[in-house]
Amino acid sequence: MLISEFLLLGAVLFCIGVYGVIVRKNAVLVLMSIELILNSVNINLLAFSLKYNDISGQTFALYIIAVAAAEVGVGLALVLLIYRNKRNISLDELSEMKG
Amino acid sequence: MMLAQDAAANLSSGWFLEHAWLIAVVPGIGFFLILAVGKRIKDIKVASLTIPGGGSLFGVASMATSLVLAAGTAYQWIQRVDSAGRTNGALGSFGSSITGMLRAEGEGNYITPVVKSYTWWRQGGATFTIGSHIDGLSMIILLLVAFISTLVQIYSLEYLRGDRRYTHFFAALTLFAGGMLTMVLADNMVQIILGWEIMGLCSFMLIGHWWEDAANSRAALKAFFTVRVGDVGLLVGVSIIFFSANSFATRNGFGSGFDLQGINAWAQSGTASHTAILWGAVALFIACIGKSGQFPLHTWLPDAMAGPTPVSSLLHSSTMVVAGVYLVARIYPVFHTGLSINVAGSHFNLIAIIGGITIIIAAALAFVQTDIKKVLAYSTVSQLGYMMMGLGVGAWTPAVFHIFTHAFFKCCLFLCAGSVSHSGSHHSFEMKKDMGGLRKKMPITFACWMVSTAALCGVPFFSGFFSKDEIIDNAHHAGYDVFWIIGLAGAFMTTAYMTRATYLTFFGKPRGAAAVEHDDAHGDAHDPHDLDVDDAHAVQPHVAGGDHGSTTDDHAHQPVMAMARTVGDVADIHGDVDADDAKEAVHADDAHHAAKHDVHHGPHESPALITVPLIILATLALFSGYLNAAAFSIHKFTDWVSPIGGQFFPKIGEASGELPEAAFKWVNALPSILLVIAGFAVSAAVCISIYGDNASPLKGITKRIVPLRWGYKFLFNKYYLDVLYEKIIVHGVAYPVSAAAYWFNQNVLDGIVNGAGKWARKSGLWIYKNVDQRVVDGTVNGSGAAARGLGSALRPVQSGKVNQYGALLFSAAAVAALVLILVNT
Amino acid sequence: MIAVENINVGQQVGFGIIALMMIVGAIRVVTNKNVVHAALWLVVVLAGAAAQYLLLAAEFVAVTQVLVYIGAVMVLFLFGTMLTRSKVGNDENLDNRNGAFIGIPVALLLLGTLTYGLLKTYKAERLPLKNTPFNIQQLSDSIFSQYLLPFWALSFVLLAAVIGAIVLARRD
Repeated sequence: MLISEFLLLGAVLFCIGVYGVIVRKNAVLVLMSIELILNSVNINLLAFSLKYNDISGQTFALYIIAVAAAEVGVGLALVLLIYRNKRNISLDELSEMKG
Repeated sequence: MMLAQDAAANLSSGWFLEHAWLIAVVPGIGFFLILAVGKRIKDIKVASLTIPGGGSLFGVASMATSLVLAAGTAYQWIQRVDSAGRTNGALGSFGSSITGMLRAEGEGNYITPVVKSYTWWRQGGATFTIGSHIDGLSMIILLLVAFISTLVQIYSLEYLRGDRRYTHFFAALTLFAGGMLTMVLADNMVQIILGWEIMGLCSFMLIGHWWEDAANSRAALKAFFTVRVGDVGLLVGVSIIFFSANSFATRNGFGSGFDLQGINAWAQSGTASHTAILWGAVALFIACIGKSGQFPLHTWLPDAMAGPTPVSSLLHSSTMVVAGVYLVARIYPVFHTGLSINVAGSHFNLIAIIGGITIIIAAALAFVQTDIKKVLAYSTVSQLGYMMMGLGVGAWTPAVFHIFTHAFFKCCLFLCAGSVSHSGSHHSFEMKKDMGGLRKKMPITFACWMVSTAALCGVPFFSGFFSKDEIIDNAHHAGYDVFWIIGLAGAFMTTAYMTRATYLTFFGKPRGAAAVEHDDAHGDAHDPHDLDVDDAHAVQPHVAGGDHGSTTDDHAHQPVMAMARTVGDVADIHGDVDADDAKEAVHADDAHHAAKHDVHHGPHESPALITVPLIILATLALFSGYLNAAAFSIHKFTDWVSPIGGQFFPKIGEASGELPEAAFKWVNALPSILLVIAGFAVSAAVCISIYGDNASPLKGITKRIVPLRWGYKFLFNKYYLDVLYEKIIVHGVAYPVSAAAYWFNQNVLDGIVNGAGKWARKSGLWIYKNVDQRVVDGTVNGSGAAARGLGSALRPVQSGKVNQYGALLFSAAAVAALVLILVNT
Repeated sequence: MIAVENINVGQQVGFGIIALMMIVGAIRVVTNKNVVHAALWLVVVLAGAAAQYLLLAAEFVAVTQVLVYIGAVMVLFLFGTMLTRSKVGNDENLDNRNGAFIGIPVALLLLGTLTYGLLKTYKAERLPLKNTPFNIQQLSDSIFSQYLLPFWALSFVLLAAVIGAIVLARRD
């Protein structure tokens, strides 16, 4: 197996995730796209871990999974709060930060 | 450490020295206790005495505990010094041959610090420790911080009574002292950063204590950000030192390159790379410039007056601003070697130059202030300049001694100012509007003020004389003649502006709030029956007094708060806490009230909780100088505090030269004494003619003579430094960035969306708009357009749309990655 | 373990099938008009990722991936979808208008950059064949000694997230 196969798979998933973050308006779907991005990073970490025979990559892959879980928890709580206040989770209506 | 053990074997130690870490831990515990239960504790009344609640006593108690521990530490340190039989101080006029021999031997006489070090964490091969490092310097500063903090907390019990954030104030004050103590105790640079940042945070909270007022929160932000600019230097400096000193320190058994002893030994060893040590010293000194309010980052200090007076007092005397000076003194070998101090033929170095500039410019600014606290603030800046200059010319002991004496008299001066505003001028700090002639009404405050002023000016036999004169004298002795002259000029200016402030506050005719109810002793405007209607009536004069044309940035113009506090005061007289009860008490005993309430009419002396700290501090301002009175051959302070002969560590390899110490001669002190007298005479004469009653040609002189008016305006605007920072630098950086973002948004993002057809037209328009209109016209129109463009330029990119931000982020990342790849191939 | 065996066609084919499945799934996640369907496609991607982890000789991470992602995170997503009462069935209002005009160029730019960089750097480098896979003991040693500090930080983040989620989502 070539390492670049895995790295390219990670790159493709990453770009699809980026596309999703930019295009999606629904907040839940944006969060899902972010999960795609995080998983692509994990694939890279594990590929390098195998390549250099270093366990650190796996350690950090685990950390990323944990952080992702926390991120989804807080993110969905935010979405819920937004829904409660606005009856809508379209991100383009949340432009209070407009300068 | 290894080398020092032989010497250490004979030195005495003790419980307090071994457990010095408790000094910093106790305020930390106090802080959490105040936060946890403070709000639930109500005031307790015992007869006519009110025991303040709100958790404030936890603060006082924790500081008192720290003080006891610090005193024990100091005592045992002095025992340790004595057990070594070291008397290097006698190198003054009675330099005996025995001492000379002891000094020559050097190493045998070095008092090893008591170091307790625990591993905090290990990461990437570096060990981070936390612990305590007690030597003469940290001993004396610990004692100072704990002492001043205790007094300031006692003072605040009365001063802040009835404040809406009473509990939080004490919590922050306690943590503030805890941060300073942590930093002073530190045995490594990481712990110094820790304490340093805790102080930064607490100063922000305390300066913005009354944040409802925009000016206060602005001042807090300014203090925080200005100090932050310097803090970058701290991080950079610590990193530089760590990476250059680490291998040396590890090799010689000091743990890591963070260890203070390791750093000092490294700097003195002569093996250090000069580039590394130079830039490390410069970066660290930038941090000290920010923290200690040196030119050009001194602008935050006077604004920090927006906090309550006890905060200003603590901030300016023993904590926060001293931190920068302390850091320089702590790892002095780094600066001494890095900046080539005392090297033959070098007449300038960064520390001395910055210190010298600060002395003069801050003293000049103090002349045009009308706010009494701002005069004191600039005076602090100027005195800190003395300390820095002292360190810069190699006068280590005098500089540290000046920290010591300055803390007492400056703290006292601030608390006097607070006392004046608390009881004399209805919460106003405006000298010209609301003060004057207070010396008879507030005799204790006046006496304390005079003693501290004399100490600050360096009048002989007051404490400031023994420290400041030593710095000036040493500058001359070490061959820094320019800084000798600057020091003398500073002494002259100090006396002059303090005379002006004293005159305006305590002499002349009462003005504004100080004159309220002053001459017609028993307020005819205050019919006791009015009090029935509403308590607000009772406090009306107070509020009016506080509001009286006041433009101060202190709390004077917070009528609600002034009222709340005054209601508290009224209530307190009756032994009641509740304002409603006070009304009934007024009902019950009109006559009693009328008699009592007269106390609150016009200026009066402050209550004991305020005056007792004042008296203690004034006494120390008078006598603390005698610890190191070179004029009388007393060198206790030098014995206890100073590393022997400027040697900070037992020699490893080639040691750098010893610090020169000037022997005291009255002849050398003569110029400064004469200048102090001259400063007093000139300033008193000018003050009387300008602010006095008689018509004088000097009156309004700054309005009539053009160059003087310009000078006044220049000083009044603080050399336009604020304008430079906020208008020119910040906007100068922000505008190009925002303009670029605007351009990107308008032309790239929209362009893609709108398609290629519009793009072509747009780019044509853009060339017209940007190149023709903007660049050509813009250059002509200049800065006016720049300022106008700023606001509107940043707006469109802040669309508030998350997706758009995401698109910007990722495309920027892609472009950056592409650039990196292309550059690297 | 697959990765332990010699390089062979089966392994390559396995990788190819799973990778294809993941890419299709990912594209469906970001283009689907139905939120629930998008979530289910995400399950496909995450399960595929777990399979790829096995190919990379990381069993423990793969198991964790299944437990945490497919077990917990997906349930959270479905809850989120239900609680915000997203439209059942197709919803035309899930995407930004004209979003693709920005999204596709940015994604392609990124992909191009990454592909170029990766192929240039790792042109034909092979992954080593591992005869002794990493075991969990090594992993725990790594977490609890060398990377203890990040672990603490992470624990703190999780705690903060739990508290934050409660504070944000509770009704009061």
